[in-house]
Amino acid sequence: MIADIITIGGSAGSLQVILEILPELRSDLPVPIVIVFHRKATPNPEILINLLNVKSTLTIKEAEDKEKIKPGVIYIAPANYHLFIEKDHSFSLDASEKVNFSRPSIDLTFLTAVDVYKNHMAGILLSGANSDGIRGFEAIQSQGGYCIAQDPVTSQVPYMPAKAISKKVVDYIATPSEIIDLINKCQPASAV
Amino acid sequence: MELQTVRDEDIETLLIDLHRTHGYDFSDYSRASMKRRLIRLITIDKFPSFAELHYRLIHDSFYLRRFIEEITVNVTEMFRDPEFFKYLRQHIIPTLGTYPFIRIWVAGCASGEEAYSMAILLKEANLLHKSLIYATDLNPRVLEKAKSGIFSLKSIKQYSENYLASGGYEDFSSYYSAKYDVVIFNEALRKKIVFSTHNLVSDSSFNSFQLILCRNVLIYFNTRLQSHVFDLIDKSLDNLGYLAMGTKETLRFAGISPKYKQVDPKEKIWRKHDS
Repeated sequence: MIADIITIGGSAGSLQVILEILPELRSDLPVPIVIVFHRKATPNPEILINLLNVKSTLTIKEAEDKEKIKPGVIYIAPANYHLFIEKDHSFSLDASEKVNFSRPSIDLTFLTAVDVYKNHMAGILLSGANSDGIRGFEAIQSQGGYCIAQDPVTSQVPYMPAKAISKKVVDYIATPSEIIDLINKCQPASAV
Repeated sequence: MELQTVRDEDIETLLIDLHRTHGYDFSDYSRASMKRRLIRLITIDKFPSFAELHYRLIHDSFYLRRFIEEITVNVTEMFRDPEFFKYLRQHIIPTLGTYPFIRIWVAGCASGEEAYSMAILLKEANLLHKSLIYATDLNPRVLEKAKSGIFSLKSIKQYSENYLASGGYEDFSSYYSAKYDVVIFNEALRKKIVFSTHNLVSDSSFNSFQLILCRNVLIYFNTRLQSHVFDLIDKSLDNLGYLAMGTKETLRFAGISPKYKQVDPKEKIWRKHDS
């Protein structure tokens, strides 16, 4: 898989999969990963970030406003903000209306990423009960990027990946271990 | 309509023309958010193309007001992030009470929910009589709404939950009267708030304050404009005054940061220490 960025969206039942994937990623991952998943805003968001960091040799952090995106770093969208990607490969936060009943919205991160990375990106949709991410997948497909849906059989809540598959906007249907494999073999476009 | 259907060059041209014709300068707004809102406007106002929107905007000054309202983000709540307001109530308001007269600026107030929340905090600390809240926004349409003090009854349930979570102990409904599906906030609160247009991009400092709230405003600006606004805020803040920002905003990388100290590692509130 050739991509300059990997964006992952998940909703209900996705934290478990993320916890499964993170420890298995290669420590010299040449691309950044941006994870948007639906969660409640809590007074101590650092607890989740710490929990994820314990699982991984890569740096895992909340994406910050205007932060430059670096390869080998895993960024988590902060709760209660949409996360946008700018043309200069930095993040912007946005506190506007919820989209698909969600803030952060997976669609908005995917859509802004496509606008910057065109075909050189991959999107992954994990377990969830929402259709957030489907429009994003359609945009990634239309630009020629990769769309990977978690195998609904392995998803705690299959609705979201199953919906993407039924819309025919998926290149790979992958189990968590296949997702790990795809990410670990990912090469940035510049290296090819 | 997806983002790649509009060309970035066309957006730049529109922003230049908008600045030249109407004086609004959005050139240093974060592009991803701006582009999304332009496309959203094309969809909801049913423009056949981007060029059509461009033409209407330049030639119809009535439409300009709608454009400004729709292109900026005006999502807000009363007592949004209740923990923040609890901190203000417990730690900041008592210090402000030591001043003979309290001036507060809510910069980028949108429809005014935070300004009314501040007025309630001051009232409950028995300080409202010697306070004045300046609430500003670049957007004249939302300011009219803010000035009226009228909010939808639907949102009040969330607001009163936030109020209680912020340490409020009064009956929240004592601050407004309800009629049909709206509520109007009390005259006593409204008369302590001055609503006025002010554009953080182009207008200068207009007073000095002991507390400035600028929450979830700077995220819509690029780093150059952010730094301009930090300077404007710095000019408008008394020594030992406080600056409050949004949950995910920071002063850390700002040029003015050496003279500011975060009051608590968990709170996005900084105090100015000018030596």
